[in-house]
Order: sequence, then structure tokens, then C-alpha cells
Amino acid sequence: MIEASALTKSYGDTVAVKELTFTAQTGRVTGFLGPNGAGKSTTMRLVLGLDTPDSGHALIDGKPFRQLDDPLRTVGAMLDAGWRHPGRSARQHLRWLAATNGIPDKRVDEVLALVGLAGVATKRAGQFSMGMLQRLGIAAALLGDPRVLLFDEPVNGLDPEGVAWVRQLLHALAAEGRTVFVSSHLLPEMAQTAQDLVVIGRGQLIYQGTMADFVARTSEHGVRVRTPHADELRTALTENKARFKEADGAFLVSEMDSDRIGELAFAAGATLHELSPITGSLEQAYLDLTREAVEFGITEAVR
Amino acid sequence: MNLLRAERIKLFSTRGQWLCLTLALVAPWGLTALFLGLAGPEIATTPANTQVTSGNGRTVLLVLATIAAASEFNWGTMRLTFQAVPNRVPALLAKATVVGAVGLAVGLLVGVGNWGIAKLVQPDANLALHTAADWRNVFGQALVFMLTAVLGVGVGLLLRSVALSLSVVLVWSLLIEGLIMFIPGVGKHIYQWMPFYAASQFAGADLTGPALSLPHNPLSPWGYLGYFAAICVALFVAGVVLTRQRDA
Repeated sequence: MIEASALTKSYGDTVAVKELTFTAQTGRVTGFLGPNGAGKSTTMRLVLGLDTPDSGHALIDGKPFRQLDDPLRTVGAMLDAGWRHPGRSARQHLRWLAATNGIPDKRVDEVLALVGLAGVATKRAGQFSMGMLQRLGIAAALLGDPRVLLFDEPVNGLDPEGVAWVRQLLHALAAEGRTVFVSSHLLPEMAQTAQDLVVIGRGQLIYQGTMADFVARTSEHGVRVRTPHADELRTALTENKARFKEADGAFLVSEMDSDRIGELAFAAGATLHELSPITGSLEQAYLDLTREAVEFGITEAVR
Repeated sequence: MNLLRAERIKLFSTRGQWLCLTLALVAPWGLTALFLGLAGPEIATTPANTQVTSGNGRTVLLVLATIAAASEFNWGTMRLTFQAVPNRVPALLAKATVVGAVGLAVGLLVGVGNWGIAKLVQPDANLALHTAADWRNVFGQALVFMLTAVLGVGVGLLLRSVALSLSVVLVWSLLIEGLIMFIPGVGKHIYQWMPFYAASQFAGADLTGPALSLPHNPLSPWGYLGYFAAICVALFVAGVVLTRQRDA
């Protein structure tokens, strides 16, 4: 479990993270979302003790990161796949990292095989593609068989097979009872990967909870209806006090289920060409929620 | 032990550092062969003068040590190291130990190698090590190189950039120290307190001293070693303290 409590960090005059409190639960994949510059990477650096918070603290299974013995065996992290010496082979890169925490070389070969880099283990990392570097970074995170994992944008630069592979890997890791905390700006991918969400904007918490609750908050709920008898349907909907919008020759009805709409249309003699419930998407919910933060930012900048 | 092993793997797993290591040995050996092979009778072939080119090896080793520390910031591997060793200080001590040990070994090979090559190219010269000063000049290179390695790691930690820290150590050791001498009046006295001048007073040839008509050295050879060691250790400690406090 990762617990952040009132984390605050400024760099010069810029407040990167402000009073940020959240929890990432054991056995769940927690997605970490926010616009560019919202403070996601800073938060991860604070959790890992790379940067020192101005105030507040972060705990890993109840302990500050800097108090962990052999931390690779408790926390695995990939904050930036580019963190490697280009002249060093993948295997040597993992060997030195493993050595710091007394992890045997056998484990290096295991994780290389796990991420599909066994065939290029002796190739210099400078010749790796972005996708191969991501795999190397993930291998490094898995070295110590840790209970807690943090990934910053792990699917950047991966092909569709790679993206699916990461998704399955994260699910499997969480299913084994590990804490998985992952940031991504690819919302459709996140929707399929994360069970819980932490959303931040401008360094502050906007939402913490389950993915399902978050998506349920979206504005884009309702039923899409198309009919050649628009006037009849409009009258029927108005008489029954339904809330609806009209766009692109279709009605978008909210707060009324499709059964009821179908009955109303039948009674009004309106032929239906389409009657489809619309469930919210993570993307819509995210945009609804962060719009406020972004707009606030713009007005503040203008002022 | 784990950290020493990790730093050893780091140091010996890139081609650039192997190149530095090779150059740190071959450059002084080759130049010694040329210098003493071609030298006329005006250059006395003494044990001290076999070490004329040791400074070249020392400079290459300085480059190796500086890169060993600074490149970790350039490539982000220092952050990975701190993820693995959150206290940071043990990892930095391990790095200085490993790079220092390499310096010790290279210094020994350069000092003794130069002396051996001198014996080969000038078989008639009397190069036997008679005095304590002879022994110091040849074997003392090991200590000088070790301390130089620690200094390089310290500068790398302080400046955190390969380009910047290499420029600083190279411009300092190859240019500034020598140019200080030309400050009218006090220049020669300040020169005698420069770190690499100090290192050469402990172990190295003194071909230039008489020509430059420098004043009498303010310290003994062993005093100069202590002085040089203090500078190297101070830079390293400053680097460690700063790295421990700063955000990585």
C-alpha cells in the first residue's frame, strides 16, 4: 500500500504538488491521472525519496521509503525508461542494479526473459528502441520481486502488442496481491487497466476512488434516440418532462431509461431508428473533471 | 560488499571506461619510451625522471574518475542507484572506493611500468632504486593516482554533468595551474600551492622546477602528499554532502 499524506513540494516559485493526500491499495491497479505538468512525476519522486517534500510524507506499507532495507525488494519503480547508460548492455545494467540489493544474477536472467529481452540481453542499451527501453525499465522494477510497483507512463512507445502485454502484466501483478500504481495519459488504455483512480490537477487532488464511480460522474449519460418523426417525439418528451438535447439529427435523453422512451415513442406514433443507452467513458469523465482545473488555470494566468 | 560489486560492474561495463583505462596506461608508457629513447645527454636518466610522463596517465585517470561520477547524473542511473540505496552515502563511498582502487592499481602500473620501460630503452643508465626518494617517485604514483581518482569523483558529484566537470578538471589541470605562474610577483608562490603541482612534488620528475627558477618548496614531499590528499578528500566530502541533500 502507498499512502501519501499532505505532500507538498515547490521548485523555486513553482508549486509542483500541494497538500496531496491519497492511497493506493494492495491488490489493486491504481491509475494516476492528471494533465501535463499536474505533478504526477513529482509525486512519484517524492514517494521514492528521490526528492524531499517540503512538508507531508509518503509511506510504503507503513514505512517511509528511505527507511526500507534493500528497497528494491519492497518497491519496484520505473519513473523514466531513459535512465540507463547507453554503452552498457541490458544484462549489465540489471546486474549492477541487482547487486546493490544483493539480488542474484539468476534473477536478472529471469526478468529479462519475463519482459522478452532475453535475446538482446548483451546488446547495448543505446541501440534499444523506445519500446525495448520500456521493457528494460519494467524488468528493472521487477528485479526484487517487490510488493509495491510504481510505473510512470509504462506504455509510451510500445506497439499494440506491447500495450496489451503491459496491461496483462499489471493485472497479474495486482492479482498476486501487489500494489500497482501507474500513471498514463492514454485514457482508453487506463480505463481497461486501472481499478482505482487518483486524479490530480495543478498539484492537488481532484478525485480518489474507484474507476466505476468516477465514470458514473460523467455528464455524457443517457439514451441516444433517432427518429424520422422528430416533432412527435419532441412533444412527447416535453410533455413527460424529460431532459434532452438535440444534436446531429438525434435526441440525447438523460435521466430516463430506454424502456420508458420506447413506450413514449410508440404512444406518440414515432418510429424509432435508434434507441441506444450511452454509458460514460473515462475520457469524458476526466475531461469534465479536469476542465475546471484547467479553466481555473487559464483565468488565473490572464489575471 | 554488494555496493562495491555494483560499482565494479558499473565501471567495467562500458567501453568508454575501458578506453580511458587503456589510455591511462599506454599514454605514459609510450611517451616514456619515446622521451627517454630520444633524449640527449642533457636529460639525466634518474628514477625520478622516468616519471616525466606519469602526469599524462594521471590526467586520463582523472577523466575516468570524473566520468564515472558525472555520467550517472547525465544518464539518470544515479537516480536508480538512489532508489536502490536511499541513504545515498554508502553508494557514493562504494564508488570512491572502487574508482580509488582502480586509481591505485593504474598508478602502480604506470610508476613501475615507466621505470621498467626506462630500463629497457636506456639499459646502461643507473636506475636502481637507492634512496627513499627513488622509491617514493616510482611507487608513490599509486597513492597520487588513488587520490586523483577520489578528486575526480568529488568533482563529478559536485557538478553533475560530464561536459561541465570534464571541462573544469581538464582546464584546471592542463591550463590554469600552469598559467597561475605568470601572475607577476606572487604567481610562482601560488603555483607551489596548486594541487597537481603538490602531487608531482610527492612523486614525479622535476625537470621544469630549475628552469622556472621557482622558490624553494614550502612543504616536504610527504607534506605535499598530505596537502594534496586533504584537497581530494575535501572535494569528495563536499560532493557527498551536497548529493545527499539535493533532490536527485
